[in-house]
Amino acid sequence: MTDKKKLRIATTSLAGCFGCHMSVLDIDERLFPLLELVEFDRSPLTDIKHCGPCDIGLVEGGICNAENVHVLREFRKNCKVLIAIGACAINGGLPAQRNHLDLSSCLTEVYLTEPGLVHGHIPNDPELPLPLDKVHPLHEVVKIDYFIPGCPPSADAIWKFLTDLIAGKTPELGHGLIKYD
Amino acid sequence: MEFPVSDTFQLDGKPVVFETGQTVMQAALAAGHYIPHLCYHPEFKPHGSCKLCTVKVNGRTAASCTMPAEAGLEVESDIDELNALRRTLVQMLFAEGNHFCPSCEKSGNCVLQALGYDLEVHSAGFRHQFPDRPLDASHPDILLDFNRCILCELCVNASAEVDGKHVFALAGRGNSKHLIVNAESGLLKDTNIALTDKAMSVCPVGVIIKKGVGFSTPIGERRYDQRPISQQALDDAPRPPSGEAHD
Repeated sequence: MTDKKKLRIATTSLAGCFGCHMSVLDIDERLFPLLELVEFDRSPLTDIKHCGPCDIGLVEGGICNAENVHVLREFRKNCKVLIAIGACAINGGLPAQRNHLDLSSCLTEVYLTEPGLVHGHIPNDPELPLPLDKVHPLHEVVKIDYFIPGCPPSADAIWKFLTDLIAGKTPELGHGLIKYD
Repeated sequence: MEFPVSDTFQLDGKPVVFETGQTVMQAALAAGHYIPHLCYHPEFKPHGSCKLCTVKVNGRTAASCTMPAEAGLEVESDIDELNALRRTLVQMLFAEGNHFCPSCEKSGNCVLQALGYDLEVHSAGFRHQFPDRPLDASHPDILLDFNRCILCELCVNASAEVDGKHVFALAGRGNSKHLIVNAESGLLKDTNIALTDKAMSVCPVGVIIKKGVGFSTPIGERRYDQRPISQQALDDAPRPPSGEAHD
C-alpha cells in the first residue's frame, strides 16, 4: 500500500467565497487518511501558483472575470478529472445574481453613486482582471466531469464524493448528503 | 352501497389493485408505490404537463397522472431510461428559471429541489438562461418571486377551484409564458388574495412566499431534509377509506 503512487489534487477558488475550501478543511481528522492517498498541487493550502499535471482538480466558484477563465483553462488542461464544487461553480450562485443587471450600472452603483461614498471611482488598475458581462457556471466554459452541489457541500459530502472517486467508483451522494443549499 | 370495481395492473412487475376511475398515479400512490411527480397534486385534476411522472404503458410512454388505470396494463416506472428522462426534465427546469437554493426561503420544502435530490441531479448542465423576472413585493403579507415559477398551474387551479377567486393565471405562450395576477395594476396587493387561501399552500417551489416567516424552521430541519420525497409523497397520497387515517 505504502508504495502506491499518490494521486495529485489541485484546488482553486474563482468567483467563490472560499466556503467550499473551508468545507474541505472541515473533513477534520480525515485529512490524515486522505493525505495517505493524495498530495496537493496548486491550491490555497500549498500556495503553489500554477498547476502541474494532476489527477483531480477541484474548482470552487463561477466565472466572473477574465482571470477566472485563464485559471479554469489551466485546470482543465492539467487535470484528468475536473470537479465543480459548490453552488457558484455549478450555477453561478450568489455572484450570478447580477446577471439580469447591466454591468456598467452595477459598477456605477457600487463605486460612484452609492450613498456615503467619498471620491469614489471605478477601479481601473491594469493589474485587475476585467469583469465579464455575465457570471457563468464552469460547465459553460470547459468540460466538467463531476459536480458536488451545496452552499457549501458538507464535509461529509466532500469526503464521500472524493473517497468514492479515489476508490474508482461512480461518486454518489444520496439523501442527506446531496444538498443545493 | 355499491363497491367500486377493483382490478389490477402491473407496475414494475408488481400487481397494483385499482378502483374504476383511478389513474395509474392515484392507484400506485394509494398502494404505496412512488412514481416521481411534480405538477400532480392529489387534491387537483391532473394537469399532465411536467412529464416527470412519465411511465411506459405496454411499451409506450404516457403521463401516469392522466393515464386511466386499466386491468392488465404493464406499467414500467423505476427504470434507468425513465429516470434519466426525469433527471433531464428537472435539469431543464433549473436552467430555465433562477433557482438559487442557498438564498431561497423554500429550500428544504421545495418539490423541485427534493426531486433533484432523489434523482441524484448534481448539476443543471445546460446553459442557464438567467431570465430577468422582477419580484412583486407589493402585498403586505405575501411575496411573489417569479424567478422560481415552473408554470405548473397549481396556484391557478387552487385559486379558481377552491378559493373561487381567480387570483392567478398564465399569460403568453411558449418561452414567454409567465404567471400573472388578476389586477389591473398587475400587482398582488390589488387582488383579493388572502393568507388563508388554498393558493397560498400549493406552490411546489418558492414563488408564493408568506412574509414574516422566513427561516423560522431552520435549513436542515425542513420537510425534505428529514425524508426523501419518494417517502414523503406516499404519506401525502390519499388512502382508500379502509386504509390508515390520514390527515
